[in-house]
Amino acid sequence: MLAIISLTTLGLALGLALGLASRLLRVEQADGLTAEIEAMLPGSQCGQCGYPGCGPAAAALAEGKAPVTLCPPGGRDLVQQLAARLGVEADLSGVEDSMPMLATVNESLCIGCTKCFRVCPTDAVVGAPKQIHNVLREACTGCGKCVDVCPTMAVAMVPMPVTLQSWTWHKPLAVA
Amino acid sequence: MKMLESPMIRRLMVRWGVHPDARKQATARRGIETLPLPELLHVPMLQHSGAPAKPVVTVGQRVLKGELIGARQGNISAPVHAPTSGTVVSIGEYPAPHPSGLPVLTVSIEADGEDRWLEVEAVDDPFALAPSEIAEKVAAAGVVGMGGAAFPSSVKIALGQRSEVHTLLVNGSECEPYLSCDDRLMRERADEIVEGIRIVLHAVGARQALCGIEDNKPEAIAAMRAAAAPFDAVRVVALPTRYPMGSDRQLIRVLTGQEVPSDGRSADIGVLVHNVGTLYAIQQAVRHGRPLVSRVVTVAGGALSAPYNLEVPLGTPARHVVEHCGGLREAPARLLMGGPMMGMQLPSLDSPVIKGSSGILALGADELPKDRPSPCIRCGQCVGACPMNLMPFDMAAHIRIGELDEAHGLKDCISCGSCSYVCPAHIPLSHYFDYAKGELTARERGKLRQESIRKLTSARSERLEREAREKAEAAARRKAERERAKAAAETAP
Amino acid sequence: MMRPTHAPHAHAGATVSRTMLLVMLALVPATLFGFWLNGWPAVLLWTVTVASAVVAEFFSLRMAGREAGPALADGSAALTGWLLALSLPAWAPWWTGVLGSVFAVVVVKQAFGGLGQNLFNPAMAARVMLLIAFPVELTTWVQPAPWSSGQALSLSQAFALTFLGEMPVSFDALSSATTLGHVKTELTRGIPVGEALAAHPASLGAGLLGMHGGSLGETAAVLIAMGGLAMVALRIISWHIPLAMLAGVALPALLLNAHDPARYLDAASHLLSGGLMLGAFFIATDPVTSPGTPRGQLIFGFGCGLLTWLIRTYGGYPEAVAFAVLLMNSFTPVIDRYVRPRVYGHARARAPEGGAS
Repeated sequence: MLAIISLTTLGLALGLALGLASRLLRVEQADGLTAEIEAMLPGSQCGQCGYPGCGPAAAALAEGKAPVTLCPPGGRDLVQQLAARLGVEADLSGVEDSMPMLATVNESLCIGCTKCFRVCPTDAVVGAPKQIHNVLREACTGCGKCVDVCPTMAVAMVPMPVTLQSWTWHKPLAVA
Repeated sequence: MKMLESPMIRRLMVRWGVHPDARKQATARRGIETLPLPELLHVPMLQHSGAPAKPVVTVGQRVLKGELIGARQGNISAPVHAPTSGTVVSIGEYPAPHPSGLPVLTVSIEADGEDRWLEVEAVDDPFALAPSEIAEKVAAAGVVGMGGAAFPSSVKIALGQRSEVHTLLVNGSECEPYLSCDDRLMRERADEIVEGIRIVLHAVGARQALCGIEDNKPEAIAAMRAAAAPFDAVRVVALPTRYPMGSDRQLIRVLTGQEVPSDGRSADIGVLVHNVGTLYAIQQAVRHGRPLVSRVVTVAGGALSAPYNLEVPLGTPARHVVEHCGGLREAPARLLMGGPMMGMQLPSLDSPVIKGSSGILALGADELPKDRPSPCIRCGQCVGACPMNLMPFDMAAHIRIGELDEAHGLKDCISCGSCSYVCPAHIPLSHYFDYAKGELTARERGKLRQESIRKLTSARSERLEREAREKAEAAARRKAERERAKAAAETAP
Repeated sequence: MMRPTHAPHAHAGATVSRTMLLVMLALVPATLFGFWLNGWPAVLLWTVTVASAVVAEFFSLRMAGREAGPALADGSAALTGWLLALSLPAWAPWWTGVLGSVFAVVVVKQAFGGLGQNLFNPAMAARVMLLIAFPVELTTWVQPAPWSSGQALSLSQAFALTFLGEMPVSFDALSSATTLGHVKTELTRGIPVGEALAAHPASLGAGLLGMHGGSLGETAAVLIAMGGLAMVALRIISWHIPLAMLAGVALPALLLNAHDPARYLDAASHLLSGGLMLGAFFIATDPVTSPGTPRGQLIFGFGCGLLTWLIRTYGGYPEAVAFAVLLMNSFTPVIDRYVRPRVYGHARARAPEGGAS
């Protein structure tokens, strides 16, 4: 009898404590998080994630409805940042291989239609009507929108070239 | 300070580092010889840390030895000069003497065999020059740190001029195995080095110079002492032999007892460190007006027929150097530029000698570590060896699982390789650290890129808004005009 | 092009296997003494224990789908078995060795990820498990019957003893308590330490030489210390942990023995009895489960010593080294996190929080 009473009391007390804790220590899910995540995203509104822009994508991330790997232009770094901010495990297996990409214009195919630079979210394509277009390496996010609109398939995505300045040591192989 | 002078105390103070097998006997016996000119030289525009030089010659142009072929760009950069007289045959990409083998902008010169110098301006009394003039001459001569880091020397001198430098430390420790180019330079050209020391003392206004030489080079110590004897300000100090004594921060601690703050430079504690080879180059530049166009290189290794110390024109392909030394005895298991502790693997013998190349090593398989990495047993050998007092095993464990931010002290790591050298589990610790450093830099770059892209995006949306607004305004204006015209037409009749 | 190899392109030549081998060599004198002192049963128990550790390592590696060759070659499993064997009573039945080895290798080491990943010292964890699960077998000490004494068992008698549990009928020198156990029992009966010691057959000199009852290889304090000092000289281990651990036992023993000799055992008896020497030189210095910095090692060693003394003096188990080492093992990650060397160019040792770089 004594055992039943003491265990019941214990259970009730602990249940109460848990309930209070979940109320008092609840993780904030306010708009602040959405804004913070939006600031982390590239902001080029390219739509590759399937959301209409970076704002809605940030909202989905904040609510936990979207995976942290959703943003191709953000690359591996962004995945890690998002995972750290949201406190989730990042599955980098699919992201690891996607190198930062860059749009290039094949000059022999370009007809100077200006479709690509009208669609570019960062004004990375320069040129004028009836002239060959060019891509500014520093400004291109690799979103690939220009590839979709090019009527002559003159735009292609290529991996960003490694230079002597950007080269880094590979990660050592894991211990056998 | 006086107490620190005692060799005993110094030896006790040095509790870090490792004792690699020096293997210098064979090379240190060889006096400096001049390498015969190669037919074709490939002179990279990036032989220093900082921004690459910009070519100022054209293909087909004839150049004289010492003529400017690449101008410095930006604050931290160094000019490049023609290492011999001849014709520029190409300006383009050529594999860099770098483990990646990636291309670097290179000026290739066909030698005409005359090796004719440009008219250079010699100075009778370098000590009559103003400090700023000395810095300018050093900058114009393209002198960079010859110990390996290849930091532009004029930038260092200018930094010294801006801060209160009281002591110049002269790095003659040459702690890397095999290498003896500095040893031979000190033995054979001590007077020039001492004059270089005095020129830098004059340029930065320092009171004294301490020249530290490891005690496994008694001949170099004697030669430098003899050359420095007439000058009170220059003293030669024998150092215990311990790797990495030649690292700036370690040399400073042993010679002055002080430490450079983690986020600072040596000038912050009133010292400046220059390598003996650099001081020789500075002397040549200031006294004789000769730009840096050649350097002494130790050529050694088990795969090589005979070791040499050679004065090599910059841009000479390693193949030409090796052939002069009697060629290869066997296929080398690894080609290195620099020493075995910190040297870089060369992609091929076509790589050219550059300003920072202290050695070309063709190592046989028996000279290289063979064991495969096994799990860390946390023995702490790396902790004892680290000259920066880091905990390499802990850092590597974090990096291995991707926690780069948890690898405490990554910024302080000097990549000396002492940890990897002693690790009984053969874990490539310093490789992990360089990987992590590269990754963090890349992240930083990515962040900057992200920010600039965000700016571009908002600029674009502003532009689109403005254009839309202007269009709407223009339409409204046209409409109003049309209506006014219509109204006028209606009222006219 | 092939991926380039990072510097350094040279190596000091040390390997894990060489380290383990040298540790084993340092154990040889004490082990041989244990064989001589305890006769064939000790040899049999040692062989069974070491062999089952190696076999257990082999099977757990195969189960994990890993190559067994390199891991076996490093010698760590054999060393674990060896240390466990030395800490068992010499006439313990064979299955204690097997069970202990399997537990040490499979549960304490491989389940945590293999060499370098385990939190607790496998040999000590196994010994403690055995002690708690089979207290009778693990605390039955015999008066040693050295090979030279004529009382030694023959090989067949030893087989019967170790593998079948048959006590030789003629043998009458059974059940001697260890010094520590004896003193503890006597104290509970109200007999002062001095008298208890005097009544115990093992004198201090015997402790020094190891001529008394105890575990297989932990009695010869001098031989163990010699092996340990050789390891310090060869830089296989550093002096920090052994010295701190011995000091951790000796200091409180000295102080309190001076205060009340009737209640507290003297420092010399503490140092020379039980597994302290073995613990200080061979167990606590296990690199995997001890801190990696000299200062951390001093803290760890002193903690091991102090806990040993506390458990011996106030605890229920007279043989305290294994418990003390295991308790301190659990502090190793904390010590390594907070006790760091002062990095060159930094004002003082950094706490990890402030130091993210």
